Amino acid sequence: MIAEFPGGLLLIAAGLALPWLPRALRAPVAVAAPALVFLQLLAIAPGYRLEVDAFGFALTLVRADRLSLAFGYVFTIAAFLNAIFGWQVREGPEQPAALVYAGSALAAVFAGDLLTLFVFWELSAVASALVIWARGTPRAYRAGMRYLVVQLVSGMLLAAGAALRYAESGSLAFEFIGLASPGGLLILVAFGIKCAFPLLHNWLQDAYPEASATGTVVLSAFTTKLGIYALARGFPGTEALIWIGTAMTAFPIFYAVIENDLRRVLAYSVNNQLGFMVVGIGLGTDLGLNGAVAHAFADILFKALLFMSMGAVLLRAGTVNGTGLGGLHKSMPLTTGFCMVGAASISAFPLFSGFVTKSMIMVSAAEQGHDGVWLVLLFASAGVFHHAGIKIPFFAFFAHDSGIRCKEAPTHMLVAMALAAALCIGIGSFPGLLYAILPWPVHYDPYTASHVLSQLQLLIFSALAFSWLMRNGIYPPELRSTNLDFDWIYRNPGKRIALGALEAMAALRAELDAMVRRSGTALNGWLRTHHALDGALAKTWSTGGMALWVAAMLAAYLIVYFL
Amino acid sequence: MTFAHLPALAITVPLVAAPLAVLVRRSAPAWAIATAACAFSFFAAILLAAEVAAHGAVSYPLGSWAPPWGIEYRIDAFSAFVLVLVSGMATVVAPYAWRSVAAELPRDRIYLFYALYCLSVAGLLGMTITGDAFNVFVFMEIASLSSYVLIALGRDRRALLAAFQYLVLGTIGATFFVIGVGLLYLMTGTLNLADMAARLQDVRGTRPVLAALAFITVGVSLKLALFPLHFWLPNAYAYAPSVVTAFLAATATKVSVYVLMRFYFGVFGVRLVTGTLPMAEILLGLSLIAIFTASLVALWQQDLKRLFAYSSVAQIGYITLGVSMASRDGLTAAVVHLFNHGVTKGALFLLLGGVALRAGRATLQSVQGLGRRMPITSLGIVIAGLSLIGIPGTAGFVSKWYLVLGALEQGHWWLAGFVVLTSLIAVAYVWRFVEAAYLAEPGPGAPEPGETPLAMLVPAWILVLACVGFGLQTSFTVDSAQRAAALLLGGGP
Repeated sequence: MIAEFPGGLLLIAAGLALPWLPRALRAPVAVAAPALVFLQLLAIAPGYRLEVDAFGFALTLVRADRLSLAFGYVFTIAAFLNAIFGWQVREGPEQPAALVYAGSALAAVFAGDLLTLFVFWELSAVASALVIWARGTPRAYRAGMRYLVVQLVSGMLLAAGAALRYAESGSLAFEFIGLASPGGLLILVAFGIKCAFPLLHNWLQDAYPEASATGTVVLSAFTTKLGIYALARGFPGTEALIWIGTAMTAFPIFYAVIENDLRRVLAYSVNNQLGFMVVGIGLGTDLGLNGAVAHAFADILFKALLFMSMGAVLLRAGTVNGTGLGGLHKSMPLTTGFCMVGAASISAFPLFSGFVTKSMIMVSAAEQGHDGVWLVLLFASAGVFHHAGIKIPFFAFFAHDSGIRCKEAPTHMLVAMALAAALCIGIGSFPGLLYAILPWPVHYDPYTASHVLSQLQLLIFSALAFSWLMRNGIYPPELRSTNLDFDWIYRNPGKRIALGALEAMAALRAELDAMVRRSGTALNGWLRTHHALDGALAKTWSTGGMALWVAAMLAAYLIVYFL
Repeated sequence: MTFAHLPALAITVPLVAAPLAVLVRRSAPAWAIATAACAFSFFAAILLAAEVAAHGAVSYPLGSWAPPWGIEYRIDAFSAFVLVLVSGMATVVAPYAWRSVAAELPRDRIYLFYALYCLSVAGLLGMTITGDAFNVFVFMEIASLSSYVLIALGRDRRALLAAFQYLVLGTIGATFFVIGVGLLYLMTGTLNLADMAARLQDVRGTRPVLAALAFITVGVSLKLALFPLHFWLPNAYAYAPSVVTAFLAATATKVSVYVLMRFYFGVFGVRLVTGTLPMAEILLGLSLIAIFTASLVALWQQDLKRLFAYSSVAQIGYITLGVSMASRDGLTAAVVHLFNHGVTKGALFLLLGGVALRAGRATLQSVQGLGRRMPITSLGIVIAGLSLIGIPGTAGFVSKWYLVLGALEQGHWWLAGFVVLTSLIAVAYVWRFVEAAYLAEPGPGAPEPGETPLAMLVPAWILVLACVGFGLQTSFTVDSAQRAAALLLGGGP
């Protein structure tokens, strides 16, 4: 019976039960639940389905195939690591919400129809907003609220798209969707919001860095990867995704380089990595899709590792601003090491996980003749190394000594980071293990001489560029100033034009914002005068006034009928 | 013997219970009589519904005068469903009244409350069960007169004004209705609804018939609080005793919708109402305005009873929206929503009654920190609120789903979008409660920790669980509604 019970629901139940348990039991349960579900998933064979009747529909609560199982494994692993990392968080809604969040994301991955998907899609949105709010600061509250609104809009689009598809085809099955119908487009936008498509992405950088030290780690794993899964299921081979994904890999680089909050830098790099996966899905070949899944798998782990190391720094040093940190390697040597493993993985160093997964997508792009795409992806790879691979560890742990002397991260955090780091290296060194669980057969060997060499060249030259910028003192966050952008203009006349354009854009945006706000105020004012407490539509009318309306209605009906 | 006369007993038992309650003059026996009468009617309604589902419509000639000369009680798929709703709500609310009425009414008037409550139940059941146009008017007056007094029993002095306004408007509505019935009688020479429908075929489109339609539409629209004839409702709901609000919100407007649908589809016929006249368009327009403006007004309310009263006006808009589609899915949505909204609003107002008992008044101020002070009550309000919004897994979702399907079926994409978007306003006003109850610190007006008395909490939670139950197990509501829709559109039992 237990073996049949959907793992996602099990996690949700565990999350809901958590606040009622004795304090000492909470953390062990939070760790044990994902571990159990992971074992349960190992026992499930592809092709297993669990169908129930509810809402008058036959719903597929569980549809296990190789695609959903691959995401299922990594989601449970991530939930397990998160629970260890958050071992000391026993109060407040964060741990229960994190479990419910992980459970609903897991349940959404296994959903075999759009209605089930929608239910867990929304549940994961609400639970993740609670994770953000758990930090308890007013900033977190506002960011969480904005985040929730965006996620709910995504859910509504999904529901609308599902309803359209149901009206057309009479089926709610969640299979290939494509853009042939208007419903498909709505669903694509819904998925796109979760995947943080360009222009739909701001919620990510806005909300993730506002959660607590442990909360951000939880957030990084599920929401966007759920979007990637849904995209891989519903829209493989949709050409538009190639271009969207390519843009996604490139544009966050610039923001990430000038950003000071290191967790926000990581949030931009989430965006960039998602771009690779979206390109893989857009290519739609076996290799491309395998690459997208594999990269999602690896990304969850190394991104969690990086966020964990930054979370540990936030916990101990009290800040994650690049300018405020430095020299922490003396106080937190182990955290430094783990962070470097994460950085090497995201930068795709040979023997680390990114190396064996990202390249699948790039090779697939090159095979399809998308040379331009391939070049942008190459540039983006260099950029990732630049901001996530070097900038993060360098400014946090090395650079000039900030004088902060703190304790090493708590043991449970070190354990979680060690496990994540081991997985990153394991996948990178023995890619066969990961390749074995991918949805399609893999005929790809990452460790060819040319691949290793070219990747090393890329990394070395990128490192050279960073060192050169650092030596010349033009790398942005090293400037001794609080306002990075302004000084940057001052020291780099060549960049003035670009930034002038940016400023003009910002001004234009501010103007647009103001315009929207003004018209918003006008509309708001109109609504208020009519609907607020003493508005015409809300106040108590005189009896005569009401009777007059009745007479008017009768007259109107009679006139309409007799015409 | 008993089973054959069940239709008559379902109405006469609560009707006779009313004078009995007056005669005993003490609150406890009066309560027992009222509760037993409601429970009996509920039992009878369920038996009748089962009978209809198994063997088709039941016709009961009152006093053995065969229709169309005598009064006919007619129980078909639609009326059986509404009978179950009304008597069921009455049965759930009656036990709740025990504590709530004792707290809100002077001791010496409590037996009067139960007498009027029985009258109101009998009136609403009678309006539903009867197959005779004039009999509808008689029962409508019984239900209305008793509800005016029930509202006036409210503690707040403003209840008197609210009841007076409702009295004036309700009387105008009833008068319009009876004028309409009179015109129809003039043209057809019969009062039996089925007979009337058959004879109207010959005089369809004549001026008196059109005038009758206009009078009946306006009269019933007033009763069901369709925009812009809804102005009596918010005050009546806000200042009436908690029990009365819950019962009327769950049943009174719903029965009026039932009467409207009966007359539109059962008497005038869909061909006249939507074919030759722009009735559907007018109803659609009014429904849309009702949904939009009433939801917005609800957004700014401070008093929770008023807030949910305006939300009722909006929800009635969803029901009439379904009616205006005059299609199978549209009518299914209307009938399902009639039931589901009755259950949802009943749950909400019962829980608010509990809050009012502990905090004096249920306003957004007084519920601050309610999540900690009265956790079970707050949780119930949130769940019923989710059903009001139409979150999947709740009853509200089922009705909205059919509404969207109905809109899509007619190719009205924008209408489907409108339904989904206006649900967002419901999210906003339910959120205001959540924000006050769970995110704000308990304010000075907040009640001391302590739950609603169990005698009130249990009936309220029965309805809360029904909100979820009818969201997951839809076969009873949807099947009944689909049969009712088929019946109204011609064909089926």
